Amino acid sequence: MTSLDRGHSALDALDAGDRATAVARPAGRSENTAAVPRPRRSRDSPLTTVSPASRVFVLAIMSLFAVYFLAPVWWLLVAATKGQGEIFSGNGFWFSRHFALVHNVQTLFEAQGGIYSRWLLNSLLYAVGGGIVATLLASMCGYALAKLPFPGREAVFGTVLAAVLLPAPVLAIPLYLVFSYTHVVNTFWSVFIPSIVSPFGVYLSRIYAASSVPDQLIEAGRLDGASELRIFGIGVRLMAPAMVTIFLFQFVAIWTNYLLPSLMLANDKLQPVTVGLVSWRELQGYPISYTTVVTGAFVSVVPVVAMFLSLQSFWSKGLATGSVK
Amino acid sequence: MTSRGPPWYAAPANPSTDGVTVSSVTIGRRRRLRELRRAAPFVLPFVLLFIVVYLIPTGYSIAQSLFKEQRSGLGLGGAQTVFAGFGNYLRAFQDSAFIGSLGRVAFIGVIQVPVMLGLALFFALLLDSRVTTPGRRFFRIAYFLPYGLPGVIAALVWSFLYAPTLSPVTRLLSSVGVHVSFVSDAALPFSIMNILTWAWTGYNTILIFAALQAIPEETMEAAALDGCSGWKAALLIKVPLVRPALLLTLVFSIIGTFQLYNEPVTMKAVAPNLESTYTPMMAALRALSANDFNYAAAQSVVLGALICVLSVLVFRFSAKRVDE
Repeated sequence: MTSLDRGHSALDALDAGDRATAVARPAGRSENTAAVPRPRRSRDSPLTTVSPASRVFVLAIMSLFAVYFLAPVWWLLVAATKGQGEIFSGNGFWFSRHFALVHNVQTLFEAQGGIYSRWLLNSLLYAVGGGIVATLLASMCGYALAKLPFPGREAVFGTVLAAVLLPAPVLAIPLYLVFSYTHVVNTFWSVFIPSIVSPFGVYLSRIYAASSVPDQLIEAGRLDGASELRIFGIGVRLMAPAMVTIFLFQFVAIWTNYLLPSLMLANDKLQPVTVGLVSWRELQGYPISYTTVVTGAFVSVVPVVAMFLSLQSFWSKGLATGSVK
Repeated sequence: MTSRGPPWYAAPANPSTDGVTVSSVTIGRRRRLRELRRAAPFVLPFVLLFIVVYLIPTGYSIAQSLFKEQRSGLGLGGAQTVFAGFGNYLRAFQDSAFIGSLGRVAFIGVIQVPVMLGLALFFALLLDSRVTTPGRRFFRIAYFLPYGLPGVIAALVWSFLYAPTLSPVTRLLSSVGVHVSFVSDAALPFSIMNILTWAWTGYNTILIFAALQAIPEETMEAAALDGCSGWKAALLIKVPLVRPALLLTLVFSIIGTFQLYNEPVTMKAVAPNLESTYTPMMAALRALSANDFNYAAAQSVVLGALICVLSVLVFRFSAKRVDE
C-alpha cells in the first residue's frame, strides 16, 4: 500500500512539473501559442460517452502492451539481483531467494581493476560536458539567426537544416577518415568534438528565440549602450526552456552513442560505458561473468531513466515544439 | 542516439533589412559589414565546428571515394593511390554483400516501420481520448521507458532474452512444448524488428500524442455537435490534423532503419550466423577495418545519398497530397 501511495505522489509530482513548465514558458509569444499543448485537458467533448465494455477492452490492450514494453527492463532489474550462475536458471522474470544485488555491484566495480567506474565517468564527461557546450553554441547561433540580421543568414540556416537529415552514424565513417588523417583518433577530442555540434539545437533555438525574445528588449539594450553579448545574456534567460530541451536531447544522444566512440577509441580507458559493456558481452561469460555484464547494464541505465522520468514534461514539450510547427 | 530534429520547417522569408537601393550601395555595404561583425561572435563558433564535423568529412569522403589503392605487380611493392573515377561506386553496386545488406534493411523497414507507426498512432489516439483517462500517465511513461535505454544496452538485454537454451523466454515456451529459435537465419530479421519496435514505438507515440494535444478543443467540440465523434472523429479529423507529426516520424523511422547498426552488431553475440555485412553500415565498417578506406568512403556516400533522396521523396509526396 505504501509503495502504491509513493508511486501516486511521484506521478503527482510529474504532473506538477507539467504545470510548472507551462508557467515558465514566456507569455508574450504570439506566433506559436497554438503549438504549445495545454496540459491536463480532456480531449473529447462531454457529449460523447464511452461504454464500459469498450473501456475495459481498450485498457486491456493498453495493459498488455505495457507488459511488453516493461518486461525486458524488469528482466534486467531481476537479473541484476541474482547470484552468479543463477541468471539462467529458475524463473527469469522473478527474484531468486538469494538477493545478490549489492554483491554484484561490488564485483562490477572491482572487475578489471575498476574499469567500470572509469567508463561511467567517461560517459558522464562526454554527455554532460558535450551537452553543455553544444547547448551554448547552438543557442548563440540560433539567437543570431533569429534576431541579428546579416547577409547569408538564410544560407547558413538552410545548410544547418539539411544536416539534421544526415544521420550521425552515416557521418561516423567520414569523421573517422578525417580524424585518422589528422591523428585525432583515440583521443578524448575525437568523441568530444563531434558531440558539441547540434544542428537540431540551432533549429530549435532559432524558432524559440524568434518567438520568445522581443525585439524591443534588444533595441532598448542597444539604446542603453549595452554590448551585444550583454543583451544576449538577458535574452538567453527567455530561451531557457528551449535550452533545457536541447541539453536533454544532446545528453541522451551522447550517452547512448555507440558507433562513433567504438570506432574512434581503441584505448579502453577513454571509452564510454556503452562501448565497454559491449566488449564485455563479447567475452561470452569469461572472465567477466554474464551477471556482471547485466549488472553493469542495469547500473548504466538507472541514471538516464531517472533523469528521463523526472524531466518527462520537458521531453513532451520539446517534441511538441518540433512536431506541430 | 542520432540527432532528432524536425527538418521540414522552412524558415520564414524574412524581409530583407539590407535596403539596397541604387543611391545607397555604399551605405548598404557598410551596413552589411556592421551586421556581419555584430553576428560573427555568435554564429562563428558553431559554424566553424559545423564545418569541421559535417562539411569537411563529407567533402573528404566524396574525394576519397574517387580514388583507390593500387598495388604494383605481385603486391610486394608499396601501394599507391590512383584516381578511380566512379570505380568504387561501380564496385559497390556489383558487390552482392553490399546490395544484399541494402535489401535486408529495406525488408526490415517495409515491415517494421508501418507496424510501429500504426501502433504508435493507435496508442496516441487512445491516450488522447477519454477512454484511457485512468492510468493515462502510467501508460505514457511505460511506453516511453524503452527509449531511455541506449540502443546497444537494449539490444544487449534482448540478446539475453533471445539466447538459445539460456533465454528465459525460450525455456518458458519449450516447457509448454513450443520450441522456437529467435536467432535462426529466417527469424533474425524479425528479432531485430522486434527490438526496434520495442525501443521506438513509445517515442513515436509521444510525438504523435503531443501533436494531438495541440488540436484546439473547439475543433473537436464542433465535430461532436455535427455528430462526428469517437473513432470516426479520430480518423476523419484528428489523423489529418497530425499529418506533419506522422510525416516526421515516418522520415525518421526510414532514416533509422537504413543506418541500422547497434542491434545486429550486439546480436552477433548470440547469433554467430549473422553476417558481418548484415546492414550497409556493417558492410562499410568491414571495409574500413580491412583498411579499404576508399571503398568504405564510397559506401558511406551511397548510404548518405540514399537516405537524403528517400527523405526528400517522402516530403515531396506528402506535399503533393496536401495540395490535392
